[in-house]
Amino acid sequence: ISTLVLAEHEGGSVKAPSVSAVEAAKLLGEENSITMLLAGSGSSLQEAAEHAASCHPSVSQVLVADSDAFAYPLAEPWAKLVHLVQQRDDYSHVVAASSSFGKNILPRAAALLDVSPITDVTDISGSHQFVRPIYAGNALCTVRYSGTTPCMLTIRATSFPVTPDSADSKSNVASISQVDLSTFDKDSIGKSRYVKLTSEDTERPDLGNARIVVTGGRGLKSADNFKMLEKLAEKLGAAVGATRAAVDASFVPNELQVGQTGKIVAPELYLAFGVSGAIQHIAGMRDSKIIVAVNKDADAPIFQVADYGLVGDLFEVIPELLEKLPEKK
Amino acid sequence: MKIMVTLKRVVDYAVKIRVKSDKSGVETHNVKMSMNPFCEIALEEAVRIKEAGLASEVVAVSVGPQQCVDTLRTGLAMGADRGIHVEATGALYPLTIAKILKKLVELENPGLLILGKQAIDDDCNQTGQMVAGLLGWPQGTFASKVLLDKDKQEVTVDREVDGGLETLCLDLPAVITHPRDDKREKQASG
Repeated sequence: ISTLVLAEHEGGSVKAPSVSAVEAAKLLGEENSITMLLAGSGSSLQEAAEHAASCHPSVSQVLVADSDAFAYPLAEPWAKLVHLVQQRDDYSHVVAASSSFGKNILPRAAALLDVSPITDVTDISGSHQFVRPIYAGNALCTVRYSGTTPCMLTIRATSFPVTPDSADSKSNVASISQVDLSTFDKDSIGKSRYVKLTSEDTERPDLGNARIVVTGGRGLKSADNFKMLEKLAEKLGAAVGATRAAVDASFVPNELQVGQTGKIVAPELYLAFGVSGAIQHIAGMRDSKIIVAVNKDADAPIFQVADYGLVGDLFEVIPELLEKLPEKK
Repeated sequence: MKIMVTLKRVVDYAVKIRVKSDKSGVETHNVKMSMNPFCEIALEEAVRIKEAGLASEVVAVSVGPQQCVDTLRTGLAMGADRGIHVEATGALYPLTIAKILKKLVELENPGLLILGKQAIDDDCNQTGQMVAGLLGWPQGTFASKVLLDKDKQEVTVDREVDGGLETLCLDLPAVITHPRDDKREKQASG
């Protein structure tokens, strides 16, 4: 088997979920040559390629596609690129992380290659058998892929954590080569144009791979009250999350949403304040190691998944926590 | 300009699902079925665009067994002008649905194809991207805001991505998928 990992990079380094995709690819079989594909333009791409070459010992080759067409993560040119590289090198598997990047591009590329992709894989047992959650994680579905090559997957990064020693290994540096784009068909690519990205500037860790996540629900009642949670997060070195209800009430921007349709997180510690625990939310955080819930309603479903629950008023509990927690070192 | 919207019939979002005793799947007999909440959002968006005078007709499509007609009727009640039922039994994969939709698009020539971003049963999140790929149309997935410019024949889409909101401008015809949860889910989730 040979695997192409479609990697996302930012500021000169490969994003953590894409390294998890390599970790997942490793599980496809013993004899697996893993190639990482990066696209973009300019110097940050070259930097990211160097990072890719040493980000995981299992990566044996890095392919770089340097063109203005890939300056932004648009699905149209990227899917064509995957198609082109796949036609040329005939990989048995194509893997990407289930990030908004992977979810946007991989199914489109699969359609171009006329295969059925398998999205949101959480477990891999062999080269063609996978497990993925369905019905918001209320059931697990075992899928056997019987289609033609390539077998295309997106994987949940939280299910394939990268161990520090495998990630830091510098012993194995992969070769870097450029993708020949002379046959790249630019038709239909100008049909989508990147305008801008609006995001919140924050020094807190990224929600997707934070060790601690502090989440607020509608129980926080206002955007102002969310500031309390942000203070708590700062003290704990945690990321801030929110339920869909809190996002829809405009307390916080959408990128903080945890749940079936938001981000899937699995931190060491998950603190939920004023979160009732709708199945759509639980779907996004049930794999957290330790779940702590504070809610006024003793019957709130969040308590069914919580390791520690406190029936109480978050407007009393959070200030008390803020007072008693030591300052962040 | 015509808008085509897809409507999937799924187990109602409020039903606590049960896996069949032989583990062959999820029990769907004698279970309340409804329109996929994301499809509902897609349809609402299409109707909103039409009511703003930017589209002439909203055509709803459902692929699946006979009972999908009920889902289409719900769609008509919500403001769709016409429904198309493609009767199909057995397991349907997103690739198959995308191929069926491509054919329908070639017959109906809509300027916009709007889908829910995923179905709450299989949670695949594939069909919109796949049909866009097959058609060679630009795609605006996970859109939270859609602004149509009829004169320029383009649509500006705010997309919910991991890092925030990404704004793209797409030439028509285009495919859009919607992420926003159903109003009922908003009420349900704390």
